[in-house]
Amino acid sequence: MDDPLVIAGREYSSRLITGTGGATNLEVLERALVASGTELTTVSIRRVDAAGGTGVLDVLRRNGIDPLPNTAACRTAAEAVLTAHLAREALHTDWVKLEVVADDRTLLPDPVELLDAARTLVDDGFTVLPYTNDDPVLALRLEEVGCAAVMPLGSPIGTGLGIRNPHNIELIVARSRVPVVLDAGIGTASDAALAMELGCDAVLLATAVTRAGDPVRMATAMRHAVRAGRLASGAERVPKRFWAQASSPPR
Amino acid sequence: MRARVNGTDHDFADDVTVRELLDDLGYDRPGVAAAMNGTVVPRVRWASTTVPDGAVLEVLTAVQGG
Repeated sequence: MDDPLVIAGREYSSRLITGTGGATNLEVLERALVASGTELTTVSIRRVDAAGGTGVLDVLRRNGIDPLPNTAACRTAAEAVLTAHLAREALHTDWVKLEVVADDRTLLPDPVELLDAARTLVDDGFTVLPYTNDDPVLALRLEEVGCAAVMPLGSPIGTGLGIRNPHNIELIVARSRVPVVLDAGIGTASDAALAMELGCDAVLLATAVTRAGDPVRMATAMRHAVRAGRLASGAERVPKRFWAQASSPPR
Repeated sequence: MRARVNGTDHDFADDVTVRELLDDLGYDRPGVAAAMNGTVVPRVRWASTTVPDGAVLEVLTAVQGG
């Protein structure tokens, strides 16, 4: 495999991790997932009688996509830990996208509860991928307790505001010894490419594709953007200059 | 006896097991996990775990989201 994404020893050829929320129906979701080329996709854990499709696992299975259960909507470490244990039981995976959010308006991670839950779940044998703030110190703390990756936000979930603090993302990348996945806030393809150019190892997005006017087309765009950004980040870009520099020989 | 499952009270026979309870409600299917009184009951123990009166169960599965 050429230039694989490696998380906790598992290799993926795609550096695009997708979510499944927001799609109008499973048929559109499936076509978008296939177009994106993703090999790892998040699902939520909810009451069996709750509204919302339960056929999503079948979609993932028949396309060879690994499920990544999340703890979306959990507000406390205790809730998130129980949800992760239920997800492990239901899906037979010890991987979890750990989400502990502070409130509904911002959906920002609660750093205290998040770190607490991460520590517990690592001790319980989980492969923990935490959705975190773009805070370089918190990212280090999450790595120290044994998280398999860190997943800083570009901007709040579902906003499509892109990467509001690129330098923080660069700081996280510069010191992290685990993969960095830009998670949340991606609005369009250039945001995904920027994440990769900043040195992120992968991008996780859902809304940007599932709520786009043409989800399949946007999924295709994201696939290429992540690939382009990855190539550019390894290509040693030219320095930025104040004045012009001719690219043609003098007359 | 009575137990609360996913927020709704249901009556069951005394000494009902987790498996019988889930089967009664149509929830005994692949991809489902159950917690009783805040603790996960692994599928392998559904048949041997009795549900006490007043128990609170959550039965969950994977859905679109995130």
